[in-house]
Amino acid sequence: MAHRFARLLLAAGALIALLGPARAADADRRVIHVLNRLAFGPTVDDFNYVKAIGVERYIAEQLDPAAIDEPIALRFALAQLDTRGLDAVALRQLYGPLRTVDGVRPTSAEIRARQVRAQRVVRQAEAARVLEAVLSRRQLQQVMVNFWFNHFNVFAGDGLDRVWVGNYEEQAIRPYALGRFRDLLFAVAKHPAMLIYLDNTQNVARGLNENYAREVMELHTLGVDGGYTQNDVTTLARVFTGWRVNPPNSAEFPGVAAVFEGSRHDYGPKVFLGRRLVAQGRAEGEEALEMLAESPATAHHISYELAQYFVADAPPPALVERLAARFLATGGDIRAVLASLFASPEFWDSAGQKYKTPYEYVISAVRAAGVPVNNVRPLLGWMSRLGMPLYGCQTPDGYQDTEEAWLSPEATMQRINFAVALARGFLPLGAEPEPAAAETGREPRRPDPVDPARLDRIFGATMSGSTSAVVAAAPPVLRAALILGSPDFMHR
Amino acid sequence: MARSEFSRRLVVRAALAGAIVPLGRGAWVATAEAGPGRSGSGGPKRLIVILLRGAVDGLNVVVPYADAAYYEARPTIAIARPTEPGGAPALDGHFGLHPALAALLPLWRERGLAFIHAAGSPDPNRSHFEAQRYIENGTPGCSTTADGWMNRLLQALPGRRGPTDAIMVGPTLARILFGAAPVANLPLGPGDARSMPIDRPLLAGAFGRLYAADDALGAAYREGRSARARLLGDLAREQDIAAAGSPPPASFAARAARLGRLIGGDERIRLAFVGLGGWDTHVDQGGGKGQLARHLGALGDGLALLARGLGAAWRDTVVVVLSEFGRTVRENGDRGTDHGHGNVIWVAGGAVNGGRVYGEWPGLAAGQLYQRRDLEVTTDFRAALAAILGPHMGLADRQLDLVFPGAPPAGAGLAQLLAV
Repeated sequence: MAHRFARLLLAAGALIALLGPARAADADRRVIHVLNRLAFGPTVDDFNYVKAIGVERYIAEQLDPAAIDEPIALRFALAQLDTRGLDAVALRQLYGPLRTVDGVRPTSAEIRARQVRAQRVVRQAEAARVLEAVLSRRQLQQVMVNFWFNHFNVFAGDGLDRVWVGNYEEQAIRPYALGRFRDLLFAVAKHPAMLIYLDNTQNVARGLNENYAREVMELHTLGVDGGYTQNDVTTLARVFTGWRVNPPNSAEFPGVAAVFEGSRHDYGPKVFLGRRLVAQGRAEGEEALEMLAESPATAHHISYELAQYFVADAPPPALVERLAARFLATGGDIRAVLASLFASPEFWDSAGQKYKTPYEYVISAVRAAGVPVNNVRPLLGWMSRLGMPLYGCQTPDGYQDTEEAWLSPEATMQRINFAVALARGFLPLGAEPEPAAAETGREPRRPDPVDPARLDRIFGATMSGSTSAVVAAAPPVLRAALILGSPDFMHR
Repeated sequence: MARSEFSRRLVVRAALAGAIVPLGRGAWVATAEAGPGRSGSGGPKRLIVILLRGAVDGLNVVVPYADAAYYEARPTIAIARPTEPGGAPALDGHFGLHPALAALLPLWRERGLAFIHAAGSPDPNRSHFEAQRYIENGTPGCSTTADGWMNRLLQALPGRRGPTDAIMVGPTLARILFGAAPVANLPLGPGDARSMPIDRPLLAGAFGRLYAADDALGAAYREGRSARARLLGDLAREQDIAAAGSPPPASFAARAARLGRLIGGDERIRLAFVGLGGWDTHVDQGGGKGQLARHLGALGDGLALLARGLGAAWRDTVVVVLSEFGRTVRENGDRGTDHGHGNVIWVAGGAVNGGRVYGEWPGLAAGQLYQRRDLEVTTDFRAALAAILGPHMGLADRQLDLVFPGAPPAGAGLAQLLAV
């Protein structure tokens, strides 16, 4: 495999030499573009790989993540995160907030100790997410996990959602990120984290809570102009009555975190989006979700968001229409829609025009720098400082994806500070995560500054003239920071 | 020091530093002109908000010593009556001040300090997290509001907005300042990432060249640099002026003194926000002495220094201190207090009609308590803030509605809070 790869590389190199520097730069530009959009930016390895196999083949590979092997380092790091194997019930049992049991209240010391313990789960969820974003070879899958988590946002603030957010991402988002939208929608609707976040667990026949019903239409499916009325919101709330988190002391289904409780359900007749619902009980919710998943308004809304993420802040309407048509024609097959998107002229014309969100900026900088990552906490700190704490968006609409939302004078200053810290090797990313270090007593490794030659290998041919000139004229010790903090690098 | 000499000193310093500090509109030359003493009455109005995160025990800050129920509910942590040793100095016939806040008594006597008791958020939530969210987004009960009320206030102020109009004291932008208008970070203490790499001249020069283009990114960069240069210029200048014998640099008191001098010396800074923690006294709260007393002492000293640092700008400044909710009337089994409801809002400033405890005191009898355990809220914090922002910053009702959408109107009781 390595041998064949090396031969491909030689062939590609020879081809480029034949074509001359201008054409070589164009070829590099296409590679960078694909890695900027389908991945969280290039690494040296990915850059060489895509140059060798070509962008079309890379796109095809990325659309089939199961067939891509993950690096040993990533698999090993993830295997250390023991709380990730636990299901929602176990997570609540072991790490959720303590409750009064048999009339015995937990003491404040016990409550505090439990809260400290719950930190482990949160930290491991955060570590998993960042490690996968940085190290995974299934980059498009990581991009889509981030996209869909944001679309179906859950806030990991306090209480049970803190403990469940990682499980939510692993169980309800990741398996369906490149699958059918309908499957994603169903998994999210039934996950206890969503039932809590949008209050549906409190939505019962005698006391309707419309929060989830409204947001599932406005944000998750049809969109704000999707043609539903307030009546539809109320009806949908009635549809979802009884979808709840299974209480911890429940005798029924003790191993299941989310249940349908018929006794809390409003069984009255319902007309939803102009159609009388046929199903009864839990199946009403499923019927309603199918209707939402199949609606042309949903196709349009999702296509708009995908086009905004992958092409432009103001996505070209013609592209959105074509993607929506593909969405409908394929029954909401995300992979098929993306394939169309990546083949579109609009996609290829939009290189370098999207302003990176803080998450994209931090992850892409670490990837480009090639710094080994063991300890993700400094990266999480910087994401917070840049205004985008991971799992920290409180509002259900999720983080925005536009330049307008993220570009500000203060943010620009902070991004540059991050670039300098990363480039100089001041971030203890290679260190053992804190508890381990304390136990082993090992000194954290001295950080290595980033070698600008490494960055030049990736970006040398495609940097703008002005940036290249400034970098070349600067003292060598500043160059890596300048590249990682350049206007070029702020865009994807 | 003659003005021209002062400016020349700054030029020399910048030259020695080895780089040209990018000039924004008005730049540091104007800053040098706006030295202490220039901004006085008739200058732009400022607001400084201090949020005590963790729910400070308001009943031990402004002590209802005339209420027998207070002493019944707090056998070990109540503050003694004014007549007793170590007792709360009397503010009036009903309330006293925690003795650790003695530094504020002169301000009280000069009528530059007022309190609004039994004030706070109407929302019943006792989660620090949620309640702070509501205090900061200005829409209690509604968690989907994405921006903070201080940013909405910034947008409502007349005139063109510059990047140092609102400053965040602390490393991470707080929710209260989230929003469309730009906010600058003021590096005041050692924990506040005081010197950033971008401040170093060699890097600043190189990055300045990278961001020289006339596009959105270039503009953002230049505004950011200009804001930082301005603030660092302010800091450098006030460091020269700082008196000997300052409090320990790491303390809030020192930061507050510098903040006052900075704001006093720079007319562009209109709004400032500081968040302070350490108030969540569930265990061993202490009474006249102890944990809470120590924290209050530092806060009181800081506020006094803040007032002094502002100098002539004190007349144009209002300082508001608030917390996300109060604490239980009754002490708990750990000689502390738990999460409650009503609290006291502190309002200080040259234009404040101080020397009074405002608000409607609901009483501490069992039937008068919120959910039979906490001080009631009889003044919504938004009404209190509106009563300040209206007269102080010249905001009409329509504008106040933008800052606090859906808020109840200010009661007549607060009409006298600001001197007209």
